[in-house]
Amino acid sequence: MSDRLADPDRRTGELNFRELLRWAWRQLTSMRTALILLLLLALAAVPGSLIPQQGVDALKTSQWQEAHPDLTPVYDRLGLFDVYGTPWFAAIYVLLMVSLVGCIIPRTLVYLRAIRSAPPRAPRNLGRLPDHASYRTDEDVEVVLERARQVLRRRRYRVRPDDGDASVSSERGYLREVGNLVFHLSVIIVLVGFAYGSLFGYKGGVILPVGTEFSNTLTQYDDFVPGDLFSDDDMEPFCFTVDDFDVEWLTSGPRAGMSRGFNADTRYQADCTGADASDEQQYDLRVNHPLAIGKTEVFLIGHGYAPVITVRDGEGNVAWNAPTIFLPQDQTLFSFGVVKAGGARPSQIGLEGVLFPTFVLDSNGDPQNLMGQLNNPLLSMSVYSGDLGLSDGSPQSVYILEKDGLEKLKNDDGSDFRLDMQVGDTVELPNGLGSVTFDGIQEWNRLQISRTPGKLVALTGVVLALIGLLGSLFIRPRRLWVRARVVDGETLVEVAALDRSGGGDVTPEIETVVAALRGDPPAEEKS
Amino acid sequence: MTDASWETLSNQAVAVCGVVYFLALISHLVEWSALRKLPVSVGSVSVPERGGVATLEGPGVDEDAERRTNLFGRLGLMLTVIAVAVHFVALLGRGMAADPNRVPWGNMYEFTLSGTFFIGFLYLVLYRRFSLAWMAPIVTFLIVALLMVDVIWLYDEVAPLTEALNSPWLVIHVVSAVISTGAFTLGAIGSLLYLLKDRAIKRGREGGYLGRVPAPATLDRVSYRLHAFAFPVWTFAVLITGPIWAHQAWASYWNWDPKEVWAFITWVVYAGYLHARATAGWKGRNAAILALVGVATLWFNFIGINFFSSSSQHSYAEGLAVEHVVSTRL
Repeated sequence: MSDRLADPDRRTGELNFRELLRWAWRQLTSMRTALILLLLLALAAVPGSLIPQQGVDALKTSQWQEAHPDLTPVYDRLGLFDVYGTPWFAAIYVLLMVSLVGCIIPRTLVYLRAIRSAPPRAPRNLGRLPDHASYRTDEDVEVVLERARQVLRRRRYRVRPDDGDASVSSERGYLREVGNLVFHLSVIIVLVGFAYGSLFGYKGGVILPVGTEFSNTLTQYDDFVPGDLFSDDDMEPFCFTVDDFDVEWLTSGPRAGMSRGFNADTRYQADCTGADASDEQQYDLRVNHPLAIGKTEVFLIGHGYAPVITVRDGEGNVAWNAPTIFLPQDQTLFSFGVVKAGGARPSQIGLEGVLFPTFVLDSNGDPQNLMGQLNNPLLSMSVYSGDLGLSDGSPQSVYILEKDGLEKLKNDDGSDFRLDMQVGDTVELPNGLGSVTFDGIQEWNRLQISRTPGKLVALTGVVLALIGLLGSLFIRPRRLWVRARVVDGETLVEVAALDRSGGGDVTPEIETVVAALRGDPPAEEKS
Repeated sequence: MTDASWETLSNQAVAVCGVVYFLALISHLVEWSALRKLPVSVGSVSVPERGGVATLEGPGVDEDAERRTNLFGRLGLMLTVIAVAVHFVALLGRGMAADPNRVPWGNMYEFTLSGTFFIGFLYLVLYRRFSLAWMAPIVTFLIVALLMVDVIWLYDEVAPLTEALNSPWLVIHVVSAVISTGAFTLGAIGSLLYLLKDRAIKRGREGGYLGRVPAPATLDRVSYRLHAFAFPVWTFAVLITGPIWAHQAWASYWNWDPKEVWAFITWVVYAGYLHARATAGWKGRNAAILALVGVATLWFNFIGINFFSSSSQHSYAEGLAVEHVVSTRL
């Protein structure tokens, strides 16, 4: 203040840089700002639930983007397809955290001082407090006050040492503030755990045919989302094979066609690398029952079919013979897939089509898939010949046929040539291009493999937060005063209490204390 | 009993408890309407417009009317007790009708059935402790209305659980979500009446039902205590059991799934409510408004997200989640 007066150049209300910083800090750490930031956080989270999110459902996001070509660039600039990773979302929670820390530190210091100090003296006029009671008695002032101390101590109040003003001051519920501080600190612990997990963890997915071995290297994954600080060296050297996959199909009842009881009989080794390979172990991998290998976990999240298809080219050589993964399009496992027989001569052959696990013709004569069980599997594919575009070096999805250099095969009458095959069928292609055989069907599992370090930190954080929360909500801090003085030859005893939590009703507490003061002292103290 | 007869029992119990709740609502309406008429029956012009309470306590109380009021109040409470008991039978029947037997909250119909049960149950449990008599007509009306919505639009046959729901966490995660939903809803009733009563007092028009509900400070406190009970339970449901289960079933404990996002929004809004009650300038009115915003997000999450968001893994329309690796079109 004094140096402000000493500076003649300053106008009133003008702040220097340090003062501005202090002012900004005070604003940021005020309860009101914290409250507004909290509500902003809630508001900012809304768009992410209404607009498809890249990180949550990439397919839906790209469909939405195609459907809304005008909005997409605007939304994209605002980061609305990745709300929870945008700078503006981060800004809110970072500010909130700073505000939180700025709130916690001073409060902790205040609390540390308060916890050592005695309860405050009784206000001069207890009758002015909103909650108070009084009664008259013949007992001596000292007797009443001494009993009040006993009663309050027994009720777990901290009692202020007697300073001779004919009153007793007491306080309880000191742990409420501890609960409060623990809760807010735990929020930070949770965030640290969450951030650690998303920085150092990874999440990958793979579609793995039954019987095929998976070894944990980057190349084996279909999709792989590492954290920013994840290093490939952290990948554990395990491998596993799903030997058998069981599904139970419901054939009756309101959910007929639904499947459940998924069980992938899995064989795994924690370390598959050469000399120090570990022993093989078995695990029944099920939904809700992930397999933990070291710090990595394997989750069963989907299944589907891979028809085994053989393509022979015009020269009679086998150009393709493999279980071909078809992707389910709906819950009945009606699936879509392609075959790229790049080695076929004289021209390359591409197949594209669908698999009906239980093929039926509905009342209109249209093909339908009844359910996902393999009751009447039918493979229906179009055939293309020409250049599959595999040689130009650009990456291609194995699930999409690039049709630029391809020509669809036609029947003699000009209609599309279509393969409709049941297991065991072989169909000759027109123009002597070769033949296609549908040998059988294998199952595949979609597995999510992820490593989430820090998850126990986050869990500990929320559990602590809950404990702190319970303390801060249900411990009732209150001050209670008893004063006794002689009025008209009798002792007037006044009791008043103050609830400091803002949610409590102290009247019953006063009544209990008054009853204990007036009533006979408990038996053990009579003698 | 067979599964089918359990299902029939459950359906009949829902019908019966709906009727009994309705009768409870009627008798509470009679109770409160009798009070409304009091100033008229006294026939005194000097009775001030806002004299509902004063008339009851004053010397000119129509004792007959008071007796009738008490009678209908007790009758309503008794009917509510019966209705909640029958409601429980309805839930039990749902659980026993499933094969294998399970907790009765596997779909929206069952969740609403359990949610309304807990609204009624918590109301009865807290009736004496928080002196909730004034809440009776609103609670019974709300339950009747929600049960009607449930039976008319959300009804679903008893069906086996989809695979992802088949977990012990279904019991613990959903029951805590349902209980806190019930308590938040009761708390919202308190906050709503607080706002109405507060406005009525400011405008000096405090007759009828609003004249009978407790003072704003009491409403605020009751509402706070209901919220203070519900908030930790919600925290447990949404931020502890939810992520644990999500981690087991979906490989990631927090997926920013729309349901999770809205549960988080609800949590943040209620955290805001609790802070607002301790912040100058936000106490009272603004805090009560926040509580209502909170309950709106809660019910939007339950109803809205299930209907409007197909991308939510919580929409339960499907069995084992099937993920698309790449965009595919025929």
